[in-house]
Order: sequence, then C-alpha cells, then structure tokens
Amino acid sequence: MAAHPANPTWRARMKWLMNNPLSKLLEYSFAHGVHPQEHKAGTMALSMQRMPFSSRYLVPVNQHLGAPSKPVVKVGDPVLRGQVIAEPGAFISTCLHSPVTGRVHAIDNRRYPGGMFSLSITIESDPYDTQRIPEHPRDWRHLTADQFVAEIQQAGIVGLGGAAFPSHVKYSIPEGQHIDHLLVNGAECEPYLTSDHRLMVERPDALLKGIEILLHNLGAKSATIGVETNKPDAIATLREHIGSDSQRIRVVPLRVKYPQGAEKMLIKSIFKQEVPAGGLPRDLGIIVNNVGSVVAIADWFERSMPLIERVVTVAGDGVAKPANLIVPVGTPLREVLRFCEGMQSDISQIVMGGPMMGTSVVSLDVPVLKGTSGILAFRKLQRTDSREYPCIRCGRCLEACPYFLNPSRLARLAKARLFAEMQSYSVGDCVECGSCTYSCPSGIPIVQLIRLAKSQLRQSGDTRE
Amino acid sequence: MNRGEPKLRLQASPLLRQQLTTRQAMLDVLLALMPATLAGIWFFGISALLVLSASILGAVVTEWLFSPAGYRGSRLNDYSALLTGLLLGLTLPPALPMWMAFLGGAVSIGLGKLIWGGLGQNLFNPALVGRAFLLATFPIAMTTWSAQSAPGEFFRIGSSTLAMPFMQPGYDGVTAATPLGLMKFERVSTDLWLLASGNSTGCIGETSGLLLILGAVYLLIRRDLDWRIPTGILVSVALFSALLLLSDPERYPGPLFSIFSGGLLLGALYMATDPVTSPLTPTGTWIFAVGIGLLIVLIRVFGGFPEGVMYAILLMNSATPLIDRYTQPRVFGKGGSSR
Ligand code: SF4
Ligand code: SF4
Repeated sequence: MAAHPANPTWRARMKWLMNNPLSKLLEYSFAHGVHPQEHKAGTMALSMQRMPFSSRYLVPVNQHLGAPSKPVVKVGDPVLRGQVIAEPGAFISTCLHSPVTGRVHAIDNRRYPGGMFSLSITIESDPYDTQRIPEHPRDWRHLTADQFVAEIQQAGIVGLGGAAFPSHVKYSIPEGQHIDHLLVNGAECEPYLTSDHRLMVERPDALLKGIEILLHNLGAKSATIGVETNKPDAIATLREHIGSDSQRIRVVPLRVKYPQGAEKMLIKSIFKQEVPAGGLPRDLGIIVNNVGSVVAIADWFERSMPLIERVVTVAGDGVAKPANLIVPVGTPLREVLRFCEGMQSDISQIVMGGPMMGTSVVSLDVPVLKGTSGILAFRKLQRTDSREYPCIRCGRCLEACPYFLNPSRLARLAKARLFAEMQSYSVGDCVECGSCTYSCPSGIPIVQLIRLAKSQLRQSGDTRE
Repeated sequence: MNRGEPKLRLQASPLLRQQLTTRQAMLDVLLALMPATLAGIWFFGISALLVLSASILGAVVTEWLFSPAGYRGSRLNDYSALLTGLLLGLTLPPALPMWMAFLGGAVSIGLGKLIWGGLGQNLFNPALVGRAFLLATFPIAMTTWSAQSAPGEFFRIGSSTLAMPFMQPGYDGVTAATPLGLMKFERVSTDLWLLASGNSTGCIGETSGLLLILGAVYLLIRRDLDWRIPTGILVSVALFSALLLLSDPERYPGPLFSIFSGGLLLGALYMATDPVTSPLTPTGTWIFAVGIGLLIVLIRVFGGFPEGVMYAILLMNSATPLIDRYTQPRVFGKGGSSR
C-alpha cells in the first residue's frame, strides 16, 4: 500500500500545528515520565518491506506471557505455512503456527533472547514452495463471546507492543463487567521504533477493520487511537480514513514522552482516569490494544492469516540499511541483520525491542519473536557504565517515575537487601519502565535493583501486591 | 560461520541515560559560585583568598585521608569535598585565621559527612556543620568582621589571617559591624544597593546578592537546582517580614532588606538546596523551604543572634527524614486526588 501522498501544503500545515506551542495544549499526556532522544528520523519514512524467506525458522514455545504452548508436531512432519504447530498449554497461552511451508527439523532447547534456553520448534523451509496460503474471510459478525475468544486464541494473537500478553485473555470479560471503550495504542514511545508508525500510515484500512471487528465483538461503543505527535502523517492518514465515522472512532494526539505507551499511562492521558493499583483497564470499561495486534485481528478474520509475521524496525548505527521489515516470526536474527547489511564485526550490542525496555542479546542465533518490535544494532555500547556515585537524593527519579513511586528509596532498600520492607514502598506497582534509571545522575541501576528485589520476593513467595 | 562474528555485550535495559552526572552537577555548582567568590576576594582582598584556600584544603585533605585507600581517587573525583570546602569558606569572616578555616574544612568533611557514611548519607549540610563548629569553638573570631579592603590594600594580609594555630589572633585591620548586626543591635538600616552589590560587611561570599543570584540562574537553566527550595524560602521570608513590618515599621526590617542581608541568599540558593540534606519528595521540599524561611525570620528577630540562616537550615535538615516519611508520593492508582 502506498504511503500517504506527500502533499506539501498538508505537510506544512501539520508541521506548523505541531511546532506551534499552542498546539501543545491540545496534546494529551500524563504526569512525570522522561523524554529520551527519539532517533526515529532514520526509519520513520521507510515503507514496510518484506524480506525473503530464510532456510530455517525457530519457534520458541514460550514467547508469550503465561504458560508455554504444547507442540503438536513431531520431528520430520511436513508443515504448511500457517499450520498450527503448538497448542495453548493453558488458558493464558496461545497457538503457534508454522511461519513457512516445510518440515519440522527439530524440537529441542535453543537459545532464546535474554540469554536463556527454551524449547523451540525448528522448521526447515521448503525451497520449492511458493509460500502462498489460501486466503478466505471468516465470519466475525455472528460469534458468541466465547467463540470470539477462541478465535483469537486460535489465531495466536498477542500484544505486539513488546509484552506479548495473549490478547484473547483481555477479551474474556468476566460476568458483570462490560467494555465501553476500545483504546488503540499507537503511541510507540520507545526511541528508534517506527513499526507501529508505518502500520498506521500504510495499513489504515486494516487497522480500522480490526477496530470494527473488536467493537462489534466486545460490544464497545467507541474507539480511540492514541498517537504521539511525532507521527503527524499517521494522525492525518487515520483521520482521513475514518472520515465521517469520527463520532465513533477518534484519533487523539499524545505528547511525545516516555512511557506514553504504557497501558495505564495511555488511559490516564486520554481519559484522565487512573486504573486502580493492581487493577486492570477493563475495571474502567476500557480495553487497550496495540496497533499491531489490531491489524493482526483484521488479517485473521479477513484472510485467515494467523500471527506468523510482524513488522520489525531494524535500526542503529550497526546496520547499513535500516528498514521496517515484515519478518516471519522465528526468523533468526542473523538473517535479518544480513538482509539489512548489519553484519559488521564491530557491532558491540544488539537489542531486541526498544532501548528503554528491550533485551540485549548475546547470540545472533536467537529468533524474532511475536513481541519483537525492533532490532537495534549498535557499534558502541549505548550506555557507558562509567562510575556509580552514591545517591545524592536529588529527587530526579521521583519526578521521572510515572507511577509515583520512590525509586531512590527502593534502590537503597534493595542494596541493603531489605526486600520485604520494599513492599511498604509499593515495589509491586513498578512496571519496570526504566525512567528512574534513565534520569539518575549518579548512574544507579535502580530498575535493575528493583527487578532483583522482585524476583527475590517472588521466590520467597512473599508478594502482597 | 561468518568471518568476524561480532562480540556482543549484554546490558540490562534501559540502555539510554540522560547526560547529567553527579560529578557534572557538583562542577556546575562550583562554577555557579565563582562570580560571588571572586567578588568576595575583590572586596576583602587577598586574605579572603587565603581563608577560602585553607577551608577547601581542610575539606579535601580530610576526604582523602579518611577514604579507604582504593576509593580515594573516586571519592575526590565527585568534587563534593571541594564544594563543601568552598561553601564553608564563603560563610567565614574574611579575617578568620587560616588555621581555623582549615580546621573548619576538616570538621565539615569529618563530622559533617564521613562519619555518616560518606556522600549521600549525611543528615546535616556538611559546610554548615563546619561553620557551627567554628562558631561554637571560636565565637569571637567568627564574629569579628573586617571592613572591606580600602583602595590599594588588596594585597595586604591581615595579621589575624596568618595567626599561629591555637594562638588568639590579633586584629589590626578595621573592624566593622554587619548590616544585620547594625539592624539588630543599633537599628540602623543599610542601603539596599550596597547590600545587593556586595559592598558591605559580612562573610566572604555572603555579601554579593546579585552575583549569587546570577549563579543560581545558571543552575536553574541547567536544571541542577531544585527551584522549589529558594522559591519557598524567599517567598516565606518576604511574606513573614512584610507582616512584621506592617505590625511595627519602627522595629522590623522590610522584606528586601531581609532577603539581601546576611547569608540568606547564599543559604537559600546553595546550602538549603543541597540535595542530600533536603527532602526527596516535591511536597516535602516545599515544607522544608517554608520551614527554613520562617525559622530564619524568627531567629533573626527574636533570637539572640543577628543571623539565623545557619541554624534554620540545620534545624530543617534534622527534620528531613521525618518530612520524607510523611510525604511519600501517592502511588498511581491508589486513591486520593490525582496530581
Ligand atoms: S535520581 Fe539517583 S541520585 Fe537522584 S535521588 Fe534518585 S537514585 Fe538518588
Ligand atoms: S522502573 Fe519502576 S520505579 Fe522506575 S520509574 Fe518505572 S515504574 Fe517507577
């Protein structure tokens, strides 16, 4: 699909509007947070591009939150592109599909982003196959609530913003609750990432179709798409495509700020409401979905295309050809980097996801997962951990924390290994967004300490959150 | 396998960090204090320079001596000892014997910081601890104010400056009363312009209000300074003294005199704002600042001393842990008003 026509007057008008200080008043936002350099200019104008199929794919069974999926194929089995190869291991779990037509090569433990190992299904692709799958629309107008949930689980759809939480779990609404609003998350607040941006610009029809399907099946009345104002073309394109439907679906400009795309921050920004601590957005009658997930829903119902590929931003000074790539889930990192000419030996760091919350990887053999929104290759370490100074109680971390915690205190307690005491400072409410570490002049690894404390607390089973 | 497979390094996210470091923040404050320091030297002559050097030396040497061998370089590297020494020096009378200034610097770091566990752990502002110690130990020397150096006397070093350790200094220069002393004991007001430009009697760094403000503006632009603290102090001092002025214009000085006299600006802009000894939470910071403002006026007007900035800050320093405890931020999504 072509990008939005580059109409100069339209461009100029948007630019004026976005640079005009008055327009800041029209932006929606939350309190606290940080503003790292955006680094999006290199890829935000690059159209999505498909990479050629590689010879081997690796599909780990626990690439979503919740229980791992259970493989339903054996080594040697032939598989078709889009065929189910693993079934949900529990309710909070989802289906996995083969990204290519080929043969199951192995089912064993393989390296996984983050340095750990996970049971993975390796699939060798059939070089002579066209890799086309029959497309047929599915009925979405006459589904019961349970059937809809089952369909989404069947499609293997998870949150594509990074957390990879199975989407169908969000859609199973308990008795007595009902959903009024659908909130579509197009904030994309992580630096470097532009994959959601491109989806909104290039596939607005699919996005609106997905919204339509969700509104119908959730019984919600209206939908809001939140987009940070550094994507004026996305805002304009969506508004244009929504046209006369703007009563029901609106696009809201969000201030460029991290973590604008965190579910609860998004709700605070747009609806001025706080999701109760420990609660879920649906307690307020809201469901939040990432742009990518909504498009995946449209693909499933319109073309029976399960979640077997996603858009990934490949950027950083370590790749010669940055791109927004449509990558089959399971593609080894090595292949993606080779395609983007990022195989220089002077790369010293590779991050999957964004630089604020992503995972840095040690091996090029790890696969792209459903939750991988970006692959960033850097020549220089992004953070020079020079020297850690003592906490000077400057309060910058407090003013950065979007959840209004006291990160300085938490870090101090964690260093003293007073993990239990940290609970009276609400350590359980920390979403590990990293704003505190980002803002600390003393270079204290605050969020890293908090993670440590949380895992210790989890082990001792002492979590009253 | 690929030729030249990259060697990848692992780091836990977030991988980005803002630019400012603690070291840079300290350097910024040092830089911001330079204009007022130079003015102090200009007004009080080379003796002031010697006093400043002695107190800085005292602080730095103590930090070095009492840091574990492996940490020496890194402790000095954060510039906090240097800053403490300079701040202390700026609160000393220009004719103070050098050995006292050196001792003050050593006490600032030793009792003010190191025994608490080093940078970030101390309850009281180290420079003020040093000053309180000197004031208690050498009350006369600490309240003998030399007049500004006369033209042509810039290089004259007062005999008191070079007094031998543990000997009572003999004063040869012209001594004079500070504007606050004049106000309190003789009810004589000093011209505001003299106060603001620094052309008056007092501690080395206390006199030049305008230059202190200049430095603070630089820090505010660099976002190194918590604007709430000076704002809270200045506004509460101004309001409180205005109230007193209204009640009895004969007895009490007006707000502008209160703000530009004594160590108020130095204290409000550079001492009370020491992040270590002020509250962490934004609400707590306001309480802290207003508390200091009120205490300053109370001590100046009703206390036995003409000046109250030091005690006001030290008192509120001691209340900081308590303030912090009761002003924890309201966690997102946990009821209460949303702000
Ligand atoms: S930002 Fe760092 S130095 Fe400042 S209070 Fe927080 S932990 Fe301490
Ligand atoms: S990581 Fe946790 S403590 Fe730090 S800013 Fe984010 S929510 Fe607050």
